Amino acid sequence: MAKRSIIPFGPQHPVLPEPIHLDLVLEDETVVEAIPSIGFIHRGLEKLVEKKDFKQYVYIAERVCGICSCGHGMGYCESVEHIMGIEVPRRADYLRTIWMEMSRVHSHLLWLGLLADALGFESLFMEAWRLRERILDMFDATTGGRIIFSVNTIGGVLKDIDDSMLKTLKETVRDMRHEFKPIVDTFLHDYTIQSRLCGLGVLSREDAILNGAVGPMLRASGEAIDLRTLGYAAYNDLMVMPITAQDGDAYARCEVRLKETIMSLRMIEEAIEKIPSGDIAVPVKGNPNGEYFMRIEQPRGEAIYYVKANGTKNLERFRLRTPTTSNISPMLRLLKGCQLADVPLLVLTIDPCISCTER
Amino acid sequence: MDNTANEIREITMAEFFPTIVQMKLEKWRLVQICAVRAGEGYELSYSFAQRYHMVTLRLHLSAEEKVTSITQVYPCAFLQENEMAELFGVPVEHIDLDYKDKLYRIDREHPFKEKG
Repeated sequence: MAKRSIIPFGPQHPVLPEPIHLDLVLEDETVVEAIPSIGFIHRGLEKLVEKKDFKQYVYIAERVCGICSCGHGMGYCESVEHIMGIEVPRRADYLRTIWMEMSRVHSHLLWLGLLADALGFESLFMEAWRLRERILDMFDATTGGRIIFSVNTIGGVLKDIDDSMLKTLKETVRDMRHEFKPIVDTFLHDYTIQSRLCGLGVLSREDAILNGAVGPMLRASGEAIDLRTLGYAAYNDLMVMPITAQDGDAYARCEVRLKETIMSLRMIEEAIEKIPSGDIAVPVKGNPNGEYFMRIEQPRGEAIYYVKANGTKNLERFRLRTPTTSNISPMLRLLKGCQLADVPLLVLTIDPCISCTER
Repeated sequence: MDNTANEIREITMAEFFPTIVQMKLEKWRLVQICAVRAGEGYELSYSFAQRYHMVTLRLHLSAEEKVTSITQVYPCAFLQENEMAELFGVPVEHIDLDYKDKLYRIDREHPFKEKG
């Protein structure tokens, strides 16, 4: 008879970028159940809408996460803009889209580096993060910030990118596409990586939908849903194709993120070619009154921004359902039946962002 | 822009659970659960998506009313139900994995229940 034991995993663990605790119920080396605990970094940021002006709150929304910062600011702004019937200048839509796609490249390269590090492939980890550094440098050059750059405002954006900087950005992105190719080849074709990831943590399409998976996690199981195809910001002018894989395993999740990075780099180039001239923001008058659910595709998947306003400067309610909130349940499904040694890698493959989740 | 993103259907307590089961049978994906204070009670929103189409079920709860957990139908609802129970004090019964107000380890009881 198998020996049953409980192993505590996290909240501090070498493979975890952020704190989540799991009680792993084991039978010998096999996980039969995983019980999650979060709540180590809850900040109650949603509550601050009651104390901050709805325009000031953009800065709070941006601080929900250090990686999806631009997207959180944009998602919040677009919710309020929908309620107030504000039409954002087209140039601002394009600028938001450029920074969003740069954020996606940044996020995926960060995750690819962490994955390589978890596999013990240190040179690949350094290559991925070296490339990520170039995107951070471009954030710095275009906004003045590397992590939280506060470009969004209700009615548009706060900063413009001039033509010479757009040209530099386009050249950088083109160089990055070439430099990224050997990294992609290594992740997809290296024998060690394949033997570590292929067939590991398989999530079927049905299980992914039933457990509420979103983003690359859902698309790696064969479901072609990418909210950018809804056409918010400037996405309706750009070529967006949901990237999918069919196997639903750790390798498939890696493959989807690699291909999405290539697509994002191409989309940045396309957006730079098509960006119109004009204003970057419109004046905002009055206070919002009404409610709206805004859905955007963050790097980790679908994020929902719910805003309920009552006609005053303080909102009634702001709710952010982050991608990781949805991906924790499918992660627990993946862990059932896996070997203890695979737990760190499987947790990593959902690309967890606990600070987003706890807001 | 997808104009179906804000389809909100008001439902009564009697319709609530049968509707949730029907959503599951029709293979809708649970997207989010949100609680909002409404007078002495609450306004609960359960959003579901099928491909790109999103529908929100809106349920009004008086201060004394309890709502049944949907984790028996959608197991992935446990985090969001625990959250609304802990932050707003919404009485959610029979959550599959009930943290009993200890999900976020907050000292203050139901910090979102009162304004300010």
